[in-house]
Amino acid sequence: MAVIYTDHVAAMPIHPKVYEAMVPYFKEFYGNPSSIHEDGEKAREALEEARGRVGRLIGAQAEDIIFTSCGTESNNLALKGIALAHQAKGKEIIISGIEHFSIMHCANALEKSGFHITRLPVDQYGMVDPAVVERAITPQTILVSIMHSNPEVGTIEPIAEIGIITRAKKVLFHTDAVDSVGNIPVDVNELNVDLLSLAGSTFYGPKGAGALYLRKGVKIQPLLDGGIQERGLRAGTENVPAIVGMGVAAELALEEIPKRMSYLKGLAGRLTEQLPKRIPYIRFLGHPTQRLPGNVSVAVEYIEGEAMLLFMDMEGVRISSGSACISRSLKVSHVMLAMGVDAATAQGSLLFSFGMQNKPEDADRILEVLPPIVERLRNMSPVYRKAMAKKA
Amino acid sequence: MYTQTVMDHFKNPRNVGVIEGADGVGEVGNPVCGDMMTFYIKVKDNVIEDVKFQTFGCGAAIAVSSMVSEMALGKTIEEAFQITNKKVAEALEGLPKQKMHCSNLGADALHKAIEDYKMKKEGKAYKPTPKKCYCPFCDVENPNEAAFCTGCGKGLQDEHEHGH
Repeated sequence: MAVIYTDHVAAMPIHPKVYEAMVPYFKEFYGNPSSIHEDGEKAREALEEARGRVGRLIGAQAEDIIFTSCGTESNNLALKGIALAHQAKGKEIIISGIEHFSIMHCANALEKSGFHITRLPVDQYGMVDPAVVERAITPQTILVSIMHSNPEVGTIEPIAEIGIITRAKKVLFHTDAVDSVGNIPVDVNELNVDLLSLAGSTFYGPKGAGALYLRKGVKIQPLLDGGIQERGLRAGTENVPAIVGMGVAAELALEEIPKRMSYLKGLAGRLTEQLPKRIPYIRFLGHPTQRLPGNVSVAVEYIEGEAMLLFMDMEGVRISSGSACISRSLKVSHVMLAMGVDAATAQGSLLFSFGMQNKPEDADRILEVLPPIVERLRNMSPVYRKAMAKKA
Repeated sequence: MYTQTVMDHFKNPRNVGVIEGADGVGEVGNPVCGDMMTFYIKVKDNVIEDVKFQTFGCGAAIAVSSMVSEMALGKTIEEAFQITNKKVAEALEGLPKQKMHCSNLGADALHKAIEDYKMKKEGKAYKPTPKKCYCPFCDVENPNEAAFCTGCGKGLQDEHEHGH
């Protein structure tokens, strides 16, 4: 049975050129970039070449890129690193209510250590209002962190506008751009950000490599103490193969972003247009236009997400959901609750994220297999039964 | 994540449906928490001669309801009341730890249906058995108003708020 993988926000295959570029760094060029001999030098060169490539993808200078192991590490470094380095100036940090766990839980930890965290509300589409950010900034604020795009609902935030405000108020601004970089245009100067998180695994690079952009002159305290890798800001022998892979993925992305955007928009559009025609009582989540191109986020009323996911999996379709049953914490997606989606509706959430390996027929196959699954589950749902009785 | 038995009951649930004019109806949970089950029973000569259920919930919830219905069919009221979440989980060959509370729901819904039947039969004088509270993480039974599980220390606020 053919597999249709539409869970690219969770993980994706690496580009064939990325794989080819990585292999020599496992087998022949395995030196430690910090070694002075020739094998070390070769590894060092590869690292610096990757740094330049990642920089170019986001309009940054190579020397302002710090390599990390993943997006979560970059986010932790940004929040904790800035908090600890600037706490003498103030102890207030502003984030949005829809951030990724690696920002949310990081902020919670800082709160326990005595920092004050302001969590900004979002509108029904998950959008942060720049005016709300402006009002929230106080003389004690040392950092604002708002994600560039949210993978659960697809919404792209007005980062450039928020950046103008933080610049004016002289407050450092970080954005978690993990789901944006390599998929839509991201430029640190256009966005007016001082810090930016990204990860190779979201743009057809390998897992295990990420980066934090840190604008020149911004003080930060490292998370990992040890050797002096990454100018003393991130100790630890670098994952050279993964970083090389991320560099190649970045170079490919720079070239391919327009093509990726239009192709994925087409696939997502087919699903978005047809789903309501085949399934009643369904609603789309996130902003209708300001959204990640391949992302389709829906809530199917009266039934639960994991059950739909399991049946879809049996049909070979891989997707995700924001329902409570899916999350290990048994809590409904905080993103949806922040958007005002009622918890019962959020339980029926389904997330389709298309990638470049998907074909137009994949959208058609989804449209074929999902409606009978929904009907079957609704026919055994007491919630559906009650809702239909009310409507009668 | 799920055993073969759980997947079998999920894919081929037994006794799905509604009984109009049932002798007892038991409903637990609500869609806000992500699990809701309604059990219907028909009782003759103290034996559950028919049982049907409807469920809003995940794979575990559907499998549990199906298994509970299968275990209850043809049993006496007393035997059916002895069906516990542990026995259901065992019959399913195990559930992931975070899904254990689904097994509580299934047994609860059946017991509620039985109590409803008893109340209808014996009139308002019948006193329902006090509900037990099980930790969804480690399955230890706790006093009903416990804020933290005595077995593993996890918070139980969410469990109590669910009203089951």
